[in-house]
Amino acid sequence: MQDFLEFKSISKGYPGVQALSDVSFSVRKGAVHGLMGENGAGKSTLIRILSGDQAADTGEIRIAGEQQVYKSVRDAFQAGVIVIHQELQLVAELTVAENLWLGRFPARAGVLDRRKLIGVVAEKLTEMGIEVDPAAKVASLSIGERQMVEIAKAVMVDARVIALDEPTSSLSSRESEILFSLIDRLRANGTVILYVSHRLDEIFRLCDSLTVLRDGKLAAHHPDISQVTRDQIIAEMVGREIANIWGWRGRPLGSTRLQVDNLTGPKLPHPINFTVRKGEILGFFGLIGAGRSEMARLLYGADTRSQGTVTVDGTTVTADSPAHSIRAGVVLCPEDRKLDGIIQGRSIEENMAISSRRHFSPFGILNPKKEGELAETFIAKLRVRTPSRKQDIINLSGGNQQKVILGRWLSEQGVKVLLIDEPTRGIDVGAKSEIYEILYDLAAQGMAIIVISSELPEIMGITDRIAVMCEGRTAAEIERPDFDERRILAAALPDISNANDLPIQQVQSR
Amino acid sequence: MTSLKKLLLGEQGLVVIFALAFAIVSLTVPNFLTERNMLGLLQSVVTIGIVACTMMFCLASRDFDLSVGSTVAFSGMIAVMASNATGSIVLGLLAALVCGSFVGLVNGVVIARFRINALITTLATMQIVRGLALISSDGRAVGINDPGFYQLALSKFLGVPTPIWVMGVLFVTFGFLLNRTVFGKNTLAIGGNPEASRLAGVNVVRMRIWIFMLQGLVCGIAGVLLASRITSGQPNAATGLELSVISACVLGGVSLAGGRAAMAGVIVGVLIMGIAENVMNLLNIQAFYQYVVRGLILLLAVLLDNLRSVAAGRRG
Repeated sequence: MQDFLEFKSISKGYPGVQALSDVSFSVRKGAVHGLMGENGAGKSTLIRILSGDQAADTGEIRIAGEQQVYKSVRDAFQAGVIVIHQELQLVAELTVAENLWLGRFPARAGVLDRRKLIGVVAEKLTEMGIEVDPAAKVASLSIGERQMVEIAKAVMVDARVIALDEPTSSLSSRESEILFSLIDRLRANGTVILYVSHRLDEIFRLCDSLTVLRDGKLAAHHPDISQVTRDQIIAEMVGREIANIWGWRGRPLGSTRLQVDNLTGPKLPHPINFTVRKGEILGFFGLIGAGRSEMARLLYGADTRSQGTVTVDGTTVTADSPAHSIRAGVVLCPEDRKLDGIIQGRSIEENMAISSRRHFSPFGILNPKKEGELAETFIAKLRVRTPSRKQDIINLSGGNQQKVILGRWLSEQGVKVLLIDEPTRGIDVGAKSEIYEILYDLAAQGMAIIVISSELPEIMGITDRIAVMCEGRTAAEIERPDFDERRILAAALPDISNANDLPIQQVQSR
Repeated sequence: MTSLKKLLLGEQGLVVIFALAFAIVSLTVPNFLTERNMLGLLQSVVTIGIVACTMMFCLASRDFDLSVGSTVAFSGMIAVMASNATGSIVLGLLAALVCGSFVGLVNGVVIARFRINALITTLATMQIVRGLALISSDGRAVGINDPGFYQLALSKFLGVPTPIWVMGVLFVTFGFLLNRTVFGKNTLAIGGNPEASRLAGVNVVRMRIWIFMLQGLVCGIAGVLLASRITSGQPNAATGLELSVISACVLGGVSLAGGRAAMAGVIVGVLIMGIAENVMNLLNIQAFYQYVVRGLILLLAVLLDNLRSVAAGRRG
């Protein structure tokens, strides 16, 4: 088959950074093409150029041999090129059907054709195997369901090229599987899919071909993915070998540090009980909506508890706000960094010192020198890659933002319990293992760490014990020696019989 | 072209515009650059300048306060009526400050605790408070009995009228509060991302209530000085003040989306508003046209804010 989508010598520079230099590769018709690389490797820039959001400095994009010139996202859209970003672009207050028709509502004489509005969408969704009510408001859908709707939107307009940027980062494995079969169907129809992901399993599961970018340059192009190995790709991405990205090692565990008894909240009606020992890393696994993040938020006082006691080192913590929790030594690195973690428009320094500065600000008057030292200390310690501590946090990559948020808590004295929700979502391989190392260090110092993750390999790779949640209850607790993919998944699935439907190659890794 | 753009949209852009405007006006408008006119100019921006101090905090934390004009008029009324009734100026002043703070407290509690939109809440209190000012005086101006009250506005220190000193002190105080205290940093953090700030341990509800209360308190101060200057409590005083104050803040680089503010910018913004008005008066431009010019300045300010965030938002 001939090359359908071609990138020719694409270069793009921003002030101070050459984001892409002379990148050329091509994709066959009806192929799913993987695009991998560490954060900052130039994937996003390439996608942005493809989507018409930004123009390349030099080079051209061809589709079916025709040179594409886009002045805006709209031009690209009309040329059948659709990019689905990590931040979904749906109108929350409209229904699924309305979102899918947005911009070209079916109407007669200006009056909405409601039957067509709902009917066509219902048909399409069924055809694609997406179980979402077309009349439901998008606001009521889970992130996973919204993602499906976003893809359905691209299919509705008969896109020729669909680029997916980290589509599964917030999907459960079951939702991912629906997405994959959807992608398989699109491939059969001849659509070109550009698939950006950090997850090698998915790349191998889905892609026909693969391009690896590193530092804005083409690191490797594999027209046939069956000719490559995982280790090879990782080496191409990071430019060095990473033997074992988990790097877990045993450490002595102390007495009980955190005890949670009968914790319930509005969204978590069933009582949750568990304990974590000093130096222990406890993992919480479950499908999206199993209640893991809700549990963490209740524990942290971000949401109001209905009932339950939380005891840290034998002292009951009556935390009804994050501020109280922090004072009791319980801290949270939230799941959605952009929404709940970073403070946009403020510097790294300010993002780090926001909580701990109360220790060295008498009468609320700042101590800029101390604040600067503190920032420098943790920038060095956590190896945050930034030209300066004055840099706006929004300009950092996901991994570095996560490190700043970790720095925010490490600069607090006496953190006893660290809750970390999806520690490496959207973070590249190199930074991932750095973050794991930080967690091991903290555990070794006696901190009790609770890791919430939707990535089974990650949670099996780094924790000492796993609590599996299913529909708001703890379904199982499994010690490290007994870790077993099938057993963990079976506990996570609402109906045990479903476990056998799960394609094993998707969960197998390491 | 690009360097000019950079200069105008950058950190110091406003100062550059201000310096240029000042130079041009000084050279072209007769009687502008005289000591008398300069002091008059500063006198004329006292109300806007004082209220802008706290409006800056309000906007920086992503809030909004439309009730400031009414609160200034109301607390001015209270100051005059209470001092007339008790015969004590000090009691009158205290009553005015307490009333102003109380209005702010109500705003803050409704907005932060009950999570009602700030625009709607302060639109409501703006009407309520103006109504209270009219009711308490039966719609008429109330004259000041004790001539000592006039001294607030008339007295001078080192040749500069007291209200200007008060404005200066507030500029310094709130500049310090914004840049050098936890309160200021938390204000900016809330404006940057309220939920992340809460999860990072900032008591967002309490912060917002404090900001509105300070706003009310400062309106009380402005109300007292205004009443003293116009020698009476006027229920219709300071109408449209909220717009001038917000214009001055936005002109001064305070982002309406929150998270960005600078005291120096706000001072320059206030002065630009004052100069525009002063020049129009000196040139005998009809009052009716002044509305148009004020509106244009507001539009320009918002456009500038937009250009600036676009310039800052496109990250390299």
